[in-house]
Amino acid sequence: MHVIVCGKVIPDTTVPLQIDPKTKRVIRSGIGHELDPAAAGAVEEALRITDAHGGEVTFITMGIADATIGIRKAYAMGVANGLHLLDDAFAGSDTLGTAKALAAAIKRSPFDLVICGTESSDSYSGIVPVQIAILLGIPALTFAKAVSVEGNSVRIQRQSETGYSVVTAELPALISVTSGINEPRFPPLKGVMAARKMPIETLSASDLGLAGAVGESAARERVLTVGAPPARTAGEVIEDGGEGGRRIAVLLAARGLI
Amino acid sequence: MPERIWVYGEVSAGAITTTTLELVTKAAEVGTAEVLLLGSAPADAIETLGQYGASKVFRSADPIFDDYLILPALEAAAALIGQQQPAVMLFASTYAGRDLAAGLSARLDCGAITDVGDFALRDGSVEATIPALGGAYQNTSTLVSEGTKLLVVRPKSFEPTAVGGHPEVEEVSAPGGADVRRVQIAERVDVPVEGPQIEKALKIVAGGRGLKSAEGFAMLHELADLLGAAVGATRAVVDAAWVPYSMQVGQTGKTVKPDVYIACGISGAIQHLAGMKGSKTIIAVNTDPEAPIFKIADLGVIGDVYLVIPQLIQEIKQRKGLIS
Ligand SMILES: Cc1cc2nc3c(=O)[nH]c(=O)nc-3n(C[C@H](O)[C@H](O)[C@H](O)COP(=O)(O)OP(=O)(O)OC[C@H]3O[C@@H](n4cnc5c(N)ncnc54)[C@H](O)[C@@H]3O)c2cc1C
Ligand SMILES: Nc1ncnc2c1ncn2[C@@H]1O[C@H](COP(=O)(O)O)[C@@H](O)[C@H]1O
Repeated sequence: MHVIVCGKVIPDTTVPLQIDPKTKRVIRSGIGHELDPAAAGAVEEALRITDAHGGEVTFITMGIADATIGIRKAYAMGVANGLHLLDDAFAGSDTLGTAKALAAAIKRSPFDLVICGTESSDSYSGIVPVQIAILLGIPALTFAKAVSVEGNSVRIQRQSETGYSVVTAELPALISVTSGINEPRFPPLKGVMAARKMPIETLSASDLGLAGAVGESAARERVLTVGAPPARTAGEVIEDGGEGGRRIAVLLAARGLI
Repeated sequence: MPERIWVYGEVSAGAITTTTLELVTKAAEVGTAEVLLLGSAPADAIETLGQYGASKVFRSADPIFDDYLILPALEAAAALIGQQQPAVMLFASTYAGRDLAAGLSARLDCGAITDVGDFALRDGSVEATIPALGGAYQNTSTLVSEGTKLLVVRPKSFEPTAVGGHPEVEEVSAPGGADVRRVQIAERVDVPVEGPQIEKALKIVAGGRGLKSAEGFAMLHELADLLGAAVGATRAVVDAAWVPYSMQVGQTGKTVKPDVYIACGISGAIQHLAGMKGSKTIIAVNTDPEAPIFKIADLGVIGDVYLVIPQLIQEIKQRKGLIS
């Protein structure tokens, strides 16, 4: 079983992200990076599958040089191969450009299953996984909150508005997994040590045959303006001196809500 | 001639979804609203869509759309878009909406804009307003590809307004073959939620990690019952499995705009605010004076939920004459 995980390495989630008004892109330099929690969930799910059925996991990320930190984390968790799509030519890619690059990288070796996070934690467009599946011509099973592989087929519980649906397909297929699907393992110290020495293969846009097809110049989506949202003015903030609950009731009553 | 604006129509729990009607309303304002409605739908679906401004409905009731994920809808939509060339197609940011928009953007090689809060057409190009990075920014984007522009819109971005009308119906043929039957929906399971649904509720009491445990939600349910409110939650507590996902409010949960939203032990992370900051009145209870939720609250109480909320419950009971 060869399971490929696509995951992002993102700026530290405790730092509020900013957009550079000139390039209209998220500022990613000078901020600590970490493996996207959505990617860690996808890696965990992949490892559970190969732990049960044998085989190995490949982790692919497209991102800046700092993204190696996330690849090493994936190695430490138990991933066998790490691929880093690293090239200035990728910068400014829109979702479809990103999906084209990832699909081209996935296609380089035979695989059984691709696992993505339903959405990345920094840009959460949530459409890259299905784009990848369509480009690869494989079935997409999305919004999985539980996954099982039996023989040559995959079965998921797909989140729905009213509960969930059981969805099945034959392999090879792509699944996207929701946040909270699992508790990603804590990398064992041995894994962390070994991860430091593992090689990371890097690929450029031309390595993937995508020169000119990705990056800002090829992007279909163009950001026109970067602006501030309309402000909502803050109301009153009070210390609870034993009257807090009553103050809320007074406001609710004044606004006709009780 | 007004531009043709398509809407991907969705049905949930046996009714056309409110979000579909929001999109149809907006489409009819901007141009000529037309709806693509695939799979099973209630008997009055066409009439309802017409009421909200649809001039035409492209319709197939073929069960293939209910039984197989993404691919039949993708084939049908791609073929129709090729034939009809609408200016814009709108999708709700729902599971089905996102999947179909994603599939079409790759199939038609045209890209898509997601998380759209509003849009306008200017000389044949589309300008979408996006609350980027969870609403920390408000950006505008366009699509430079030729052909139909695909926009994935956040629920509750527009007010659904009935205007009356009777749409023309054009039957659409369903795709066939094994290729579109590769992802099978084997079973649909409804997970019942207690009490009112948060998307429709006019009052919401929501809880976060500050409640410390799943048991804390009992207190919120008591308050909600007294107010006739629904109970919501943050992703942190949904991920911790204290409450089901259907209760999650925010970027990756539900978008709500109730008359009042009472946030209990919720920090106010930008992804949570993305789903509730349109509420008319926001009340927050949090021990941390620096909690970002206070920046958008009409009334913030710096205090312990386990002291403030029981007092609020007592107070409401007294005002209702339930206790003296
Ligand atoms: C891509 C992405 C999507 C996301 N989508 C969502 C989403 O849809 N919805 C969502 O909610 N989150 C979402 N999140 C998560 C979000 O970033 C926050 O982690 C989450 O909202 C925090 O939940 P919380 O407020 O319950 O917990 P915390 O941030 O831990 O806050 C708990 C609060 O409780 C307060 N507190 C502690 N004890 C008490 C007490 N006794 N009384 C009163 N207050 C107390 C604390 O001061 C603190 O402010 C998303 C994150 C990402 C990256
Ligand atoms: N740059 C990237 N590198 C690797 N995977 C990505 C990248 N961007 C998106 N993905 C995958 O697509 C999913 C959804 O991302 P998004 O569409 O940005 O919300 C992520 O959880 C990843 O699985």
